Amino acid sequence: MVALTVDESFQGRVYPARPAGTVTADALRAFARAVRATSPVHHDGAAAREAGYADVVAPPTFAVTLAQRAEAQFVEDPQAGIDFSRVVHGEEQFVHHRPIVAGDELTAELHVDRVRVVRGNAMVTTRVELAAADGPVCSVTSMLVVRAPEGEQ
Amino acid sequence: MTLSFDAAPVGTALPATVVELTRADLRAYADASGDTNPIHLDEAVARSVGLPDVIAHGMLTMGLAGQVVADWAGDPGAVVSFATRFTQPVVVPADGTAVVEVGGTVSGADPEARTVAVDLTVTSAGVKVLGRARAVVRLP
Repeated sequence: MVALTVDESFQGRVYPARPAGTVTADALRAFARAVRATSPVHHDGAAAREAGYADVVAPPTFAVTLAQRAEAQFVEDPQAGIDFSRVVHGEEQFVHHRPIVAGDELTAELHVDRVRVVRGNAMVTTRVELAAADGPVCSVTSMLVVRAPEGEQ
Repeated sequence: MTLSFDAAPVGTALPATVVELTRADLRAYADASGDTNPIHLDEAVARSVGLPDVIAHGMLTMGLAGQVVADWAGDPGAVVSFATRFTQPVVVPADGTAVVEVGGTVSGADPEARTVAVDLTVTSAGVKVLGRARAVVRLP
């Protein structure tokens, strides 16, 4: 008996761009501390401006914090059938169009690029397009594996 | 000071970096990222889903590896893309540290785009925890 854990009909769904909030210097500093990013451009506005940025700048993986909030529209939808206690992070990719800086007001558009169920295990690929008024900022692609319940693989 | 493209030919090794992680570091990453999945914070929950113990967020490990590239490049904004697979968990004991070792090598260079590809090797307890970890960095 094969259990279809995740609803494959979600593949191709696009959740329209919605506000992802204003990026604050405090959020960037806290994230930078957590990933041991010690460069002053993450912490000190003056140092960031001296380096050519409008304000303190995000570490390369900060965008995941904004992307995961957008992904929740899909992964936390009961209709999607994702049991989060069985989720393992498979892959992650960032394509930066420009660095994220404090003060950025971004939008997040969520794409469900792929949903594939094999022997009850699902592989789900989402892509979040982060953009600002001046254009695209970062594309964040995430692949999650939703393991089948024991005995149903 | 940003590294120059000409100073990063194919074969260049990034400085090997060792990072020690404690449970407090996972709590700090959870707070900073909003990813409060209890498998990263609570032993009982981690064991109940078949893990040996609390594990680090894959995105924390990726973030630490990205930092090695950003520090080497001298500018976090130089990292134009970064991708990885999560192959094995980093297990973090309650009363000690997990050690994450990050190394990297320039594997390709595009003189027209002035970008280099950096392949990263990330291990913990002798096991490869990231697979196909690659960053592309634009250098002046």
